[in-house]
Amino acid sequence: MAKIIVVTSGKGGVGKTTSSAAIGTGLALNGHKTVIIDFDVGLRNLDLIMGCERRVVYDFVNVINGEATLSQALIKDKRTKNLSILPASQTRDKDALSQEGVQQVLNELSKTHDYIVCDSPAGIEKGAQMALYFADVAIVVTNPEVSSVRDSDRILGILQSKSRRAEQGMDPIEEHLLLTRYHPERVEQGEMLGVADVEEILAIPLLGVIPESEAVLKASNQGTPVILDAQSEAGLAYDDAVHRLLGEDRPLRFLDVPKKGFFKRLLGG
Amino acid sequence: MSETNFQFKGSVVTTILLQISHFDEMTLISAIENKVDQAPHFFQMAPVIIDLTKLDQSISLDEFNRLLLHLKNLGLSPIGWRCSDTNKPDWIGDASLPILPASKTRATTLESRVNQDKSNQDVVIKTIVEEKRVAQSSKIITKPIRSGQQVYAEGDLIILSSVSPGAEVLADGSIHVYGALRGRALAGVRGDIGARIFCRSMEAELVSIAGNFILSDTLQSGLWKESAQVLLNEENIEVKTF
Repeated sequence: MAKIIVVTSGKGGVGKTTSSAAIGTGLALNGHKTVIIDFDVGLRNLDLIMGCERRVVYDFVNVINGEATLSQALIKDKRTKNLSILPASQTRDKDALSQEGVQQVLNELSKTHDYIVCDSPAGIEKGAQMALYFADVAIVVTNPEVSSVRDSDRILGILQSKSRRAEQGMDPIEEHLLLTRYHPERVEQGEMLGVADVEEILAIPLLGVIPESEAVLKASNQGTPVILDAQSEAGLAYDDAVHRLLGEDRPLRFLDVPKKGFFKRLLGG
Repeated sequence: MSETNFQFKGSVVTTILLQISHFDEMTLISAIENKVDQAPHFFQMAPVIIDLTKLDQSISLDEFNRLLLHLKNLGLSPIGWRCSDTNKPDWIGDASLPILPASKTRATTLESRVNQDKSNQDVVIKTIVEEKRVAQSSKIITKPIRSGQQVYAEGDLIILSSVSPGAEVLADGSIHVYGALRGRALAGVRGDIGARIFCRSMEAELVSIAGNFILSDTLQSGLWKESAQVLLNEENIEVKTF
């Protein structure tokens, strides 16, 4: 049985797809057979971030409607062993997802994979609810600003009331907080919420803090998950997060303002 | 712009209900007198509602007026009366006292302490607490109340975690929050003016007791982010330390 992980946030543009791609890739790099499903039907993005947009023939909705088999629709990642992607349909909308259809696809994938990462669309409507309904684990992606925190709080409420685990009275979904686009300097200046503030409001365990990094945009445009960029702080932070998800204890890093070197200070850089 | 010097407001009061099951003027009056003598302070100027819903016979307007006079002489202040829908007297519109609608079934009655003596079953004096439930068990929540969630308790509501902004907690009784209160809290929603709100950190968007409320703007002027309790002091919301 695979573990179903939903990457969700409520708010858009906080880094759900970037995080889904990075975490899915990270799990595969650690030897776990992983599939990432794009639930954002109509606004297909995951394939771009993963750099496989040219290889999309069949999609998630085709599989649900029985127009294609899973093996036809699954795209094997060329860089990372053990990793495949199930892209969303660009021409349909969220109503194309039926609960029975989604369950069938997840059951099928569950037989052959260790982890299923569900990349949720923004919002709290049908698409997002479908992505989180069958989840065992939720990674709530949050930016350190008030509206993102508020939306994350709302999605946590939905996880606890509208998921399968909640409806059937099973153990609750395991919740993790992933703080992205973190800017230590702006936190120090009081322009951004700090890690402690967000943790206090949301009251769920922290999986990781991803610093704001130019490497993320660059990686997205190149279609490479940022976790593969071992030179970037964001890539390393995602790697830490994946290891924490797998149960390893790793200290947080990149939370402090980098100290300027002697010459930089001298030159006022 | 005109200035208003008054407000019409709804209010729920606790009062004495005199429930008469059989009307025999002389025995009834002496029995009531006996009761009043047992606790004169309790009955002094006490507002009384005369309840004829359980009356097993009809009563004339003259008899009713004499009853009023007797009650006034005993120091009681009749403020209204009610009768059952099936047994309405024909003088219903001529009574000098306002008629009140029959009690809702939800109202809770408490046997008053003067009703210990069972010798006279014709007169039952009850203290009626309208629109208020007593001795409801409390609801305990251990998880944070998230934005968009709403929790309601028929008795007291006890939250061992925080209430997020955009969440709403309501209770017929008091609300206890052992974390930060950042959302809206409404205690005594069925009119219990004695209900209170307690929290470890006051950061609420709105607090309300029995329909009287204040917003965070007002809350921020005192005890903000500190332990606080909220109570109703003569229609004014008061926020103070424990």
